[in-house]
Amino acid sequence: MKYMILIHSNPQFTERWEALTGDQRDNFGRGHFTLTDGLAASGELVMSEGLADPSLGRRVTRGDSQTVVSDGPFAEAKEHLAGFYVVDCESPERAIEIAAQVPDAIWGLVEVRPVLDMSGWDLDG
Amino acid sequence: MTADTRTLEDTLRDAAPRVLGVLLRRYGDFGSCEDAVQEALIAAATTWQADQLPANPTGWLVTTASRRLIEIWRNNSARRRRELTDVLQVVQGEPDDRPDGDDSLALLFLCCHPSLTPSSQVALTLRALGGLTTAEIGRALLVPEATVAQRISRAKARIKATGAVFGDPSVMDLAERLPAVLHILYLIFNEGYTSSSGTSLHRVELTAEAIRLTRQLHHRLPQDGEAAGLLALMLLTDARRPARSRPDGELIPLRHQDRTLWNAAAIAEGIALITSTLKAAALGPYQVQAAIAAVHDEAAHTRDTDWPQILSLYELLQTMTPGPMVTLNRIVAVAMVHGPAVALGQLERAADDPVLADHYRVDAVRAHLLDELGLHTEARDCYQRASRRTLSLPEQRYLLAQARNHRPDE
Repeated sequence: MKYMILIHSNPQFTERWEALTGDQRDNFGRGHFTLTDGLAASGELVMSEGLADPSLGRRVTRGDSQTVVSDGPFAEAKEHLAGFYVVDCESPERAIEIAAQVPDAIWGLVEVRPVLDMSGWDLDG
Repeated sequence: MTADTRTLEDTLRDAAPRVLGVLLRRYGDFGSCEDAVQEALIAAATTWQADQLPANPTGWLVTTASRRLIEIWRNNSARRRRELTDVLQVVQGEPDDRPDGDDSLALLFLCCHPSLTPSSQVALTLRALGGLTTAEIGRALLVPEATVAQRISRAKARIKATGAVFGDPSVMDLAERLPAVLHILYLIFNEGYTSSSGTSLHRVELTAEAIRLTRQLHHRLPQDGEAAGLLALMLLTDARRPARSRPDGELIPLRHQDRTLWNAAAIAEGIALITSTLKAAALGPYQVQAAIAAVHDEAAHTRDTDWPQILSLYELLQTMTPGPMVTLNRIVAVAMVHGPAVALGQLERAADDPVLADHYRVDAVRAHLLDELGLHTEARDCYQRASRRTLSLPEQRYLLAQARNHRPDE
């Protein structure tokens, strides 16, 4: 079963991040590398990426005749996605266990979402 | 399958476990032997011509894999040197002894070793027994090749650490571990079958692979009722695949399927197999599930289905392997036999059980029953709730379509 672990962020989080010492930030980064390596070694990692600053985001709208691209950041968005992990693991409990190891989880900014799959069903047996 | 219709790929896949068996008997070391066989298979796939196979394909593969094994060991540490000398003697001494024994059973037991996680057991079984490459397995399971490679190498390391050796399973091993082996074959089948709608064409191969491996197991253990039951279940379920989804991937429930599209040959084989097995063997859950599938497949239409028999089979199954899905399927059968009102009463009582209360399909079954009772507004709410809780994309589409069909103005 695949799960996406989303790492959210917001302006308060950015402030707290700025306040960290260099060592603390290094530990944060190392925490991500350690987690990624561990998931690769256990055969559970599908992919993991950190996302560039939301100011580099582009909003894309496709109209009938042309595609309109507008710059970020999106003023109305209080939260943004800072990064994600996609894991393929045995149980939802395991996905939560993995999410708890994401360094950002100490700030409560980590969310686990099951990925929809193509599995079917047979209601009448 | 006759010799004429066998493709190059079939030959390689059939040979894979036998070649690995020969190497394991000679040299042990599952990890290196499996790598060597995999490379020999790749070499064969690129050099052989489909219309001009070597006179003795298995012998060719054994020789090539043995040479490759020596190279692997030569590249390994000096600790291996003494073993290498022994190997060279064996290889040169026995140039091409064609194996006639069948090692697939021993190999299957090794790949489904209890110390491994199910996902590792699946990957290892597909590679060592199915002869699939790591990339093919990755495509089939929809995970990156690197992830599959890691699962396989980790599984091999774990097998090595447990000291498990390759050999014919004892009678005791068989009794103890066969259920886990059957479960892995079932998982492989399900992985392919439940996903064979939509765009994932590669995954259809997994059902064929699971059927092939289960067929092999059944041939090796013809007396085992559950191996036969699992094979029958797979045949009877897979037979419905052509009618199970629309071209756009939309799922079609059993009661709305065009049954003329079902695979009659697979149904005939499955029914013959489960019928003879039920007479001869000790009863088990796979046989009961196959019997249920057989009753469905025998009917030309939902209304012709022998629902009382299906209901009694689900009641039997519930005593053997109780679980939410068995309960819910039994309740659907209750509706067909005793009417939706009785079934709804049973559903509400069953839903008091905490295991079922949170189960995502309770609302789907409830919606179906409310619908049957003509309570369309209530049904719509349940369909919507169910659609939010499912993890399956086709199921979500189906439930939302059902909810849309019951707008209050209709």
